[in-house]
Amino acid sequence: MSDQKKLKRRDFLFTASYAIGAVGVGAVVWPLVDQMNPDKSVKASASIEVDVSSIELGKSITVLWRGKPVFIKRRTQQEISEARAVKLEDLKHPEKDEDRAKDPEWLIMVGVCTHLGCVPLGNKGEYNGWFCPCHGSHYDTSGRVRKGPAPKNLEIPKYEFINNNTIKIG
Amino acid sequence: MKNFFKSIFIIFLVTSLFSQKAFTDETKKLLSTDWSFKGFFGKFDRASLQRGYQVYTEVCASCHSIKYLSYRNLSEKGGPEFSEEQAKAIAANFEVTDGPNDDGEMFTRPAKLSDKFVKPYKNVKEAMASNGGAYPPDMSVLVKARSGGVDYIYSILLGYDDPPGDISLEDGVYYNAHMYGNKIAMPKPLSEGLVEYNDGTEATEEQMAKDVVTFLAWAAEPHLEARHKIGFKAIIYLIILSFLVYFSMKRLWSRIEPKV
Amino acid sequence: MSAHNYVPSSKLGKWFNDRLPLLSLSSHIREYPTPKNLNYWWTFGGILTFCLVAQIVTGVILAMHYVAQADLAFESVEHIMRDVNYGWLIRYFHANGSSMFFLAVYIHIFRSMYYGSHKSPREVIWIIGMIIYFLMMMTAFMGYVLPWGQMSFWAATVITNLFSAVPFVGESITNWLWGGFAVGNPTLTRFYSLHYLLSFLIFGLVILHIWALHIPGNNNPIGIELKKPSKDTVPFHPYIVIKDLFALLIFLILFAFFVFYSPNLLGHPDNYIEANPMVTPNHIVPEWYLLPFYAILRSVPDKLFGVIAMFASVFVLVILPWLDTSKVKSAIFRPLYKQFYWILVLDVLILGYMGAMPAEGTYLLIARVATTYYFVHFLVILPVLGYKEKTLPVPLNITEPVLGGSPNPDMVKKKELYD
Repeated sequence: MSDQKKLKRRDFLFTASYAIGAVGVGAVVWPLVDQMNPDKSVKASASIEVDVSSIELGKSITVLWRGKPVFIKRRTQQEISEARAVKLEDLKHPEKDEDRAKDPEWLIMVGVCTHLGCVPLGNKGEYNGWFCPCHGSHYDTSGRVRKGPAPKNLEIPKYEFINNNTIKIG
Repeated sequence: MKNFFKSIFIIFLVTSLFSQKAFTDETKKLLSTDWSFKGFFGKFDRASLQRGYQVYTEVCASCHSIKYLSYRNLSEKGGPEFSEEQAKAIAANFEVTDGPNDDGEMFTRPAKLSDKFVKPYKNVKEAMASNGGAYPPDMSVLVKARSGGVDYIYSILLGYDDPPGDISLEDGVYYNAHMYGNKIAMPKPLSEGLVEYNDGTEATEEQMAKDVVTFLAWAAEPHLEARHKIGFKAIIYLIILSFLVYFSMKRLWSRIEPKV
Repeated sequence: MSAHNYVPSSKLGKWFNDRLPLLSLSSHIREYPTPKNLNYWWTFGGILTFCLVAQIVTGVILAMHYVAQADLAFESVEHIMRDVNYGWLIRYFHANGSSMFFLAVYIHIFRSMYYGSHKSPREVIWIIGMIIYFLMMMTAFMGYVLPWGQMSFWAATVITNLFSAVPFVGESITNWLWGGFAVGNPTLTRFYSLHYLLSFLIFGLVILHIWALHIPGNNNPIGIELKKPSKDTVPFHPYIVIKDLFALLIFLILFAFFVFYSPNLLGHPDNYIEANPMVTPNHIVPEWYLLPFYAILRSVPDKLFGVIAMFASVFVLVILPWLDTSKVKSAIFRPLYKQFYWILVLDVLILGYMGAMPAEGTYLLIARVATTYYFVHFLVILPVLGYKEKTLPVPLNITEPVLGGSPNPDMVKKKELYD
């Protein structure tokens, strides 16, 4: 009976050592992994504020956000109507224009083709929107993919108008 | 086993002995005060850090850069912990150069949280030319760059005195009891009531010196509190694990015949 | 290596092992017969292996963030300390890890010298060890240059300038090392490359070091050769593994105190000043682990002979197996050698302390005496002691009574007292 007890105590000791040791190994490994995550200076540039007051109707600008281009387009009424008229069944990636542009005059999208990452060209393509020259994807006036190999619509980043002239992206 | 621990103790002793590497010269023993961040459980006094930031900005920043600090550090954990709005407002007081813009021109704009602290001079040469040939050192890691650390800088700030009879001073050089060689090119920076503290604390020379040095200590070691905290946990953990492994080892070795 | 008849238990294991015998290697290491009387001074080999791996891992990570360019290096280190997640921890670990690595290596070397681990048949292990030690010093020296502080720059200047002492070609060699006419950006970038390279060379040599060790097996505190395996040995796993682990944990506690509570104690404040070629620090000092050699270098008034003396002090260690003529290995049975051993330890500590002092006055005198004594110990005392010393009787094996005088291994084997 005392041999059984001895065995149990010995096993417990070893098991406890292994368990606590494993916790330590995890605690050591985490900083070694986390150091590759975006560091504080990168995270500090994670949002930008853009003055859009000088953008004329029908024109767009491109800004750099988190290392990627972002298209800020001030749409004409015709472009907005065209976007709204599209039936959802016709879309590869169905999204309502109202959901993509809360204020319909402003279309803000990450300018990275959802196929393999090239930057689409504005005012080109068969749908009056953007055209990606790398593999021929066409995007419409809401930035939705209509033709070509791209699987998804152009991404809408998180943004808000912090005043009439300024958008904060990210 | 006993010998092993004895040796570790000796190693501790020897290292602390040898850490007195810097040989002594004629300068006086350093002044000190009760630094809140010293010791195993040391932490920065937030109010002191905020006052220290005020002293730095109003007294030192006209000559001394602190170029490795960013304005966002002012609101990050472990530091003065201004609110993000306060830090943004502080940053906006300063102009930074940015660009080129679409015309190819550089332009100035108010600083953002992500910008580094603005420097008083464009470069070292301009700093030297504006200060009689002496360079006011950057203060980002100054506390770590001087033997004696916080006590040394504290002593320099409070060490201005009339020179003893046998020392003559050149133009633009002042006597300081704690400066290496007793001569310093910086005029006495602090005087009673020089700064009107936002929190109403009385701005004696000692108070300002303590606050600004605390601020500089944080500037040099912004992660000090996290380091102390993690260190405590790590050492307790290692001690516990050592005990467990020690007893496991004894248990294991007891299986085989007792060694000589 | 003893013939190993290990057969893997799984079919996949057997298939793989027939093509690359890693499982046999693992089994060999697990079963490796280790003397059961090893004391804690023998745990530093394992500790050193940990230090090497830790330095490599933290070093490779630092290399993801560090920029080796003269205008950016110091700033990149501050970036690591301030912005990189846990960057401060990884940097302090690597910097203090260097000191801990040397602390462990000195204990390891001095342990060998005390117990005669450098003697036949372990001479090659010792020589490989000395090469590892030399590479460690070069790696540490180059690593210290990388932050590009005042000490980085000026220590690099002083040490590389030593090569100008070589007659005729000295200046060319020095300019070749620098990649210019003074320490500068080309020096920094090549030191970075070589710092990375040498670390892996050390790793390779450590494998050879352990391989060479496994031929005769470990020495032990009483310095007699044991039959392996026998009742005097234990399998490496789990008995030695757990003992090494325990010692490592104690070592890590000391390490943790430095990293978390005194991370800059072993460094020099001047290295937090950015490198300035126009201003020399008041006292140029290397890191503590290089101080004894620095003291020896400065003891000799002549530049060239100072350099020769410094290299000679390492060389004299390399040929130690042939300088120490005693047939008895362990200092336990060598009462005179034991005393001279501790005097040597004191001598090296004195040299270290003098290395941190300015090279003038009494300090210089003491350094010169200590330097002379160092060479006298190796070149005169040790050879003479081997012949003249009356050693104590040496045991037959760990549990059996003594043999008497210096053990003749052949005579001992014939006694057939092991089985």
